[in-house]
Amino acid sequence: MNTISLSPSDLAIASSLLLFDALLSVILRLNLHRQVIWAGIRMVVQLVAVGFLLRWVFSMHHPALTVAVVAAMSIIAAREIAARPERKFRGWVGLGISGVGVAIATVVTVGLALTTAIRPQPWYDARYAIPLAGIVLGSVLNAGSLTLDTLLSDARREKAAIEAQLALGTPFRTAFAPLIRNAVRRGLLPIVNQMSAAGLITLPGIMTGQIIAGEDPIEAVKYQILLMFLLAGASGVTGLVIAGLAAGHLSDGRQRLRLDRLR
Amino acid sequence: MPGPEAVAAPARLAVRGLKSDLAGPFEMTLAAGACAAISGASGSGKSLFLRMVADLDPNQGEVRLDGTSRETFTAPEWRRRVPYVAAESGWWLDHAIDHFAPERRAAARTLAAALGLGDTQLEQPVQRLSTGEKQRLALVRAFVLEPGIILLDEPTGPLDPDSTARVEAHLKAMMARGAAVLIVTHDPRQADRLGAAHYRMADRRMTRVTEAAPA
Repeated sequence: MNTISLSPSDLAIASSLLLFDALLSVILRLNLHRQVIWAGIRMVVQLVAVGFLLRWVFSMHHPALTVAVVAAMSIIAAREIAARPERKFRGWVGLGISGVGVAIATVVTVGLALTTAIRPQPWYDARYAIPLAGIVLGSVLNAGSLTLDTLLSDARREKAAIEAQLALGTPFRTAFAPLIRNAVRRGLLPIVNQMSAAGLITLPGIMTGQIIAGEDPIEAVKYQILLMFLLAGASGVTGLVIAGLAAGHLSDGRQRLRLDRLR
Repeated sequence: MPGPEAVAAPARLAVRGLKSDLAGPFEMTLAAGACAAISGASGSGKSLFLRMVADLDPNQGEVRLDGTSRETFTAPEWRRRVPYVAAESGWWLDHAIDHFAPERRAAARTLAAALGLGDTQLEQPVQRLSTGEKQRLALVRAFVLEPGIILLDEPTGPLDPDSTARVEAHLKAMMARGAAVLIVTHDPRQADRLGAAHYRMADRRMTRVTEAAPA
């Protein structure tokens, strides 16, 4: 592959665009220059740190290290999902529910890819497992947070409708099913958009990266298609698991609607 | 489960030591065909009590229906037998008629007519109905179950005098057939019209009013 390596001066020239934004903010009094510069610096520091971390992890060739990095990324994703709803579950339940959803979706889809399509030697080769988990977790985060937020806010909004059904002897499962459907559906929308826009409106990041890195477009496309399937599966699994567990925790043994479990 | 033969028939509803973190303990006995009316200020716990009897809020204590303990039933079985109609009606489908099971729609039309509602209202989108129309249809949803007891939270609050009279007439017909009625009402005259035993709720505790209620 004939990758064009970037020199620090190349990046410095590109960074002038950031300075342009900051200048624009000063001239137009957008009061954003501080945030623009700060976010830019953060981005550079975070990415450089991750670059060195990955270089180190890749060189260690240890399965436990690969698993630890993926686990840490998963926990951060689960925290974000649990933090999203306006009114969250009391205690650690929200983190538990999103953690289970993230873990199942990641293990199933990344595991499937590593054992069937990609098959690196050895399977835990961090060069494959970690980037793959990162992409999957991005979709999992999207699907999971939309699903949980939708389910909890719908449950609050539809309290009267749900309890009217319960009060006439409708099982909780029946009364709550439309909310689960709507929440899972909401969680799937981003990946549906992503798939239908792929190639026409946007060139997906992985594919673009591979093409720039010198890969044949058709090879890059095949990789992207595989990834889209993984992301679709991960979104569905996350939404289903999180909606199911959250619905369960919104009820109890006597099939009541337990909104008191939200804070 | 048949009880001991010599003993008189158990009460339709028997509530013993019913309490939660928020309210109680409550005691109440209601015979078949009888009515109990609860009055009291807003927030005093009237709705909480009905919701606890319906098992919609977490609670402890004993509730029996015709002598059979509530725990004998699954929660949906219990609520099917002890339906509760909230003060604010809830709707989960677009049209009023969709809220009735197909096999109960004929009965629902008859009952709706008795409460002064025609097919126009039943076939309409719920959001086009007035508060009073929605309230009456919410009552019809519980009435079609032909329950042995019904829990009503201010059932005629948003209704005009004519509709109120129609609802009360149906409640009396239900009682004549042996159903018990547990009603929350702000109107002492309504309690009298239904021949109800008076209960007063204050500060999340309930007392039986033995003398005639002060006017």
